[in-house]
Amino acid sequence: MDSDILVVDDSAAIRKILTRVLRQTGMAIQTIHEAGDGQEAMSVVAEHRIDLVLSDINMPKMDGLQLLASLKASAQWHDIPVVMITTEGGETKVAEAVRLGAAGYVRKPFTADQIKEKLVGILEPALPL
Amino acid sequence: MNLRETIVESLIRSAGDVFSTMLGSELASGEVTIEPTCAEPNDGVVSFIGIAGSWVGTGSLTCSPAVACRICAAMLMTEAPSVNEDVLDAVAELTNMIIGSVKTDLESQLGPLGLSIPTVVFGRNFRTRSAGTAEWMHVRFQWDEDELLIKMCLAPNEKPHVVHHGANPTCTLEV
Repeated sequence: MDSDILVVDDSAAIRKILTRVLRQTGMAIQTIHEAGDGQEAMSVVAEHRIDLVLSDINMPKMDGLQLLASLKASAQWHDIPVVMITTEGGETKVAEAVRLGAAGYVRKPFTADQIKEKLVGILEPALPL
Repeated sequence: MNLRETIVESLIRSAGDVFSTMLGSELASGEVTIEPTCAEPNDGVVSFIGIAGSWVGTGSLTCSPAVACRICAAMLMTEAPSVNEDVLDAVAELTNMIIGSVKTDLESQLGPLGLSIPTVVFGRNFRTRSAGTAEWMHVRFQWDEDELLIKMCLAPNEKPHVVHHGANPTCTLEV
């Protein structure tokens, strides 16, 4: 079944780039939803069946780590894999994301291949990379 | 290598990586200068991002409106005939990636640092001034026929509030 992916970033530019990159990967994606912060993302998750969340860390209102923690604390949504996409290459926030249950992370700047490599292993583990 | 050299080297590497990866373009670094803090006249687009932690400072990217539109077009693969929301957003994100990468490089030397959300200003004949007293490292880049300027200042935080994870909080900005 094709996947629904939620892209969360306060930058509309990054949301556009990720949407384009996701379409270019050739993965079976049905719908790409967008949210500008963690609060919006929680609303989208409540309204749609989301198979994977790609989220920035630094965002206003509710940041990516708070979003991750909220999803993992939820009985309903704790199984949704969350991949962090961030400029935060330092150990502190990445370690925090891993501790909170992130399925992985990709550093900005990213290539389409890096995104595909990370997501294929999560969404389509049976497919060769 | 002192901290100033580390920052300049990291700025050059990070800007090159981001342009190569996100815009598919090569960037040539040019003149590097150290400037005192002062109110500088500006025209065009200036994007700022704050750095905080045991050291504090600001990174910025300055370019003409035409270069900002070109950045947007290359990054989003969409035409940008004038400076609009997409253009400002693209320049902000580009700055975020470059300064974010520099921040990551510096954390091994300075300890954990945080980034603010970028602010972008677009206008004519306006002045910007940092309230700090730190010197600014200016790196001019050539992007084909176009030019852009990336700057950064960084100084020890007089009121550090973060926990140091094995960092060296007494590291000095050697000249």
